[in-house]
Amino acid sequence: MSTNRRVFAEDFTIYRVAELKPLLLESLQGHDRIELDLSGVEHMDSAGCQLLMLVKREASAAGKVLAIAAHSPAVQSLIEFYNLAAWFGDPLVVAAQEGRSHHG
Amino acid sequence: MDELKQVFVQESGEQLDALESLLLELENRPDDETILNSIFRAAHTIKGAAGMVEASGVESFAHVVENVLDRLRNHEIAVTTELAALMLACTDQLRLLVAAEAGTTELPTEEIAARSASLLTRLREYGPGGQVSATSPQTVEPAVQRIPSPQGGHECWHISLRFGPDVLRQGMDPENFLRFLETVGQIRHIETLADTMPAAEEMDPELCYLGFEIALESTADKQAIEDVFAFVRDECRLAILPPNSKVRDYLDLIEGLPEDSLRLGEILVRVGALTAEELAEGLRTQTTPASAEDAVENKPIGEILVAQQVVQPELVAAAVAKQTQVSEKKAHEAKLIRVPADKLDHLINLVGELVIAGAATSLLAHTRRDGELIESSSLLTRLVEEIRDASLQLRTVQIGETFNRFQRLVRDTCKDLGKDVDLVISGGDTELDKSIVEKIGDPLMHLVRNSLDHGIEPSVVREAAGKDPRGTLSLNAYHDAGNIVIEVADDGAGLNRDRILAKAIERGLVEPDVQLSDREVYDLIFAPGLSTAEQVTNLSGRGVGMDVVRRNLQALRGTISVDSQPGKGTRLTLRLPLTLAIIDGFLVVSANRSYVIPLDAVVECIERPVAEHDRNYFNLRGQVLPAVCLRDSFNLPGERPTRESVVVVQYAGQRAGIVVDRLAGELQAVIKPLGALFRHLQGIGGSTILGSGEVALILDISALIKISGQAEQRLLARPEQRSA
Repeated sequence: MSTNRRVFAEDFTIYRVAELKPLLLESLQGHDRIELDLSGVEHMDSAGCQLLMLVKREASAAGKVLAIAAHSPAVQSLIEFYNLAAWFGDPLVVAAQEGRSHHG
Repeated sequence: MDELKQVFVQESGEQLDALESLLLELENRPDDETILNSIFRAAHTIKGAAGMVEASGVESFAHVVENVLDRLRNHEIAVTTELAALMLACTDQLRLLVAAEAGTTELPTEEIAARSASLLTRLREYGPGGQVSATSPQTVEPAVQRIPSPQGGHECWHISLRFGPDVLRQGMDPENFLRFLETVGQIRHIETLADTMPAAEEMDPELCYLGFEIALESTADKQAIEDVFAFVRDECRLAILPPNSKVRDYLDLIEGLPEDSLRLGEILVRVGALTAEELAEGLRTQTTPASAEDAVENKPIGEILVAQQVVQPELVAAAVAKQTQVSEKKAHEAKLIRVPADKLDHLINLVGELVIAGAATSLLAHTRRDGELIESSSLLTRLVEEIRDASLQLRTVQIGETFNRFQRLVRDTCKDLGKDVDLVISGGDTELDKSIVEKIGDPLMHLVRNSLDHGIEPSVVREAAGKDPRGTLSLNAYHDAGNIVIEVADDGAGLNRDRILAKAIERGLVEPDVQLSDREVYDLIFAPGLSTAEQVTNLSGRGVGMDVVRRNLQALRGTISVDSQPGKGTRLTLRLPLTLAIIDGFLVVSANRSYVIPLDAVVECIERPVAEHDRNYFNLRGQVLPAVCLRDSFNLPGERPTRESVVVVQYAGQRAGIVVDRLAGELQAVIKPLGALFRHLQGIGGSTILGSGEVALILDISALIKISGQAEQRLLARPEQRSA
């Protein structure tokens, strides 16, 4: 069982989804568990959210686990608005840096 | 500023103009539903556009305005004068916010914010600033028949939404619409669906596969909810079920949607539209139609809804009519092209050069005496003239928009002055050059204010004089002989001849014992420093105004005249050229120098005998007219020819003769402005380049006549002074 942790800092918007799609699908290859760090995603729109839904669906269909390990405020806001938090099934953790600064 | 923002600034300006005129109309017809709806839509559009360019200041302010408008539209609050005034103030504020967004305002940010805050406080009196309260659902829902449900409990509207594949590419994000939906009511529950999304390889991330099932708690009516999606109406499947709809309706909804029925059913249960028992019961009956009535599966959703009396047929008809209206509007918009003004200016410049080059060719043809060349060049000249006219027309706009702007001014001014005045606009479709329209706004405003302030009497005075207590101010425009004429007329007290004369004498503008005609006296109001108002108000009466108006108009090669009847009213007539760029001219020569007289001003040409050379007047069929000699006026060198010619010109009802050496015929003159160095030169309006490459000066007829008149007066005054 291998874990692939990928960090995405690009905008998840209609302007970028075409290039993001192959990157995201490729991250599923050869791993059972994929963790996405989206804490650096400054903007996300419906196209970006839809793409995440696709990847999540593909992962589940292949019996893999896709988890969004870190959400940026933009990602969290949209996922909550669309009421998809439960569907994604990830604990919503706001901005990893913030969390760290609390501890440190 | 990026392109998107520029479009936003321009379009929101148009919407704000519309909003303003609609608000003014609303004051007259407070019960008109169409106006209310249009107002709401305008505010809504501004807000939506602001959201798209992330102009959050505009968006949030417009949001509160829109809420109040929504309550207005739902008859929760009534249209009052105060509210209308507040809404107009809000329109101004929105304009300011848009300007701030564009960086074209000089006001400091704090000032703008302060104004916003004070307006928001006042708006709050008309209802909650945020969500429309949902305390009494159903009460304001006249269009939808309420169907009592034995199950009860469904307090929310149910909205089923499937976005079309192209919405994302068209820049419309479903999120924006749903966020906007939150302004109509509260989203109690939302389920996001992406079931139609194909397998990974086929999925195009730029297409939209999203659908939503939403429970919305709102007091708005169906139309209002539908309006939220007006922009994507053609691009999405939208079904709205009112609160307390029958279970059957939900089932039909499920039938009509692409997703799997069972899955949808579950979702509806989750959204709270149905209970699990209702769903199970419903699906059971659905699979085995018990009666003919149940066999409705293949009917379109609209028919089903009507059949079930969920929606009244009129409502559907109204929705269809609205959709047609929207698409018609779109088609109309498609007929117009937005072109940057500088591109047009460039085109006009090129046409100007073309005119000059054409003239050169024609001149060459004539000097060579080549018949064929002359013929082809005259054809060329005719085409060039047509191109000139057509391209100048591209820049023309209707004056109606400028006129309509005064509705607001009249209303506000009347409020301040406590007068009751009706503004009557006619000839709004008269066209003239955009550059002129921009420049006459201010002079016109002065005149309108003057009429309101001094012209039209207060209602009490009017009634005492046996007139309609409500005054009338009319704005009219029409074309006349290459000019556009704009009239500002009121039915007020008219000008007071004696007071003007007394004031003018007091200021030393005229001699006490001079006999003046009415027209001459009225013309004195354009003299600097003369105001006949007994009180100086903040609007006008300070004596700076009419002279500035006249100067501004003269800079546009226009004139203004006044006509007044005591007790009946005053009429100010403005005459302006149709364009500033090219004129038809009449070429004359004095001392081998070429001058151009605008052809519109030329009446006729006559010969002048040597005997009359030293006189500054001449006889035209028994009429004595002043003569202006170009040689004298411009101190031209050389001997006077034995035969001189007089060009009789007419300007603003005045005739005069211009004495020149020789006449050289008609031409098209492309006006080139004189440099700043020659700004103070009087009698010259501009210059033009002739076909031969020679520069000709364009005469400013009105100034020439005035200069010669002043010279005359000095001559007359001198002997008097000597004798005194």
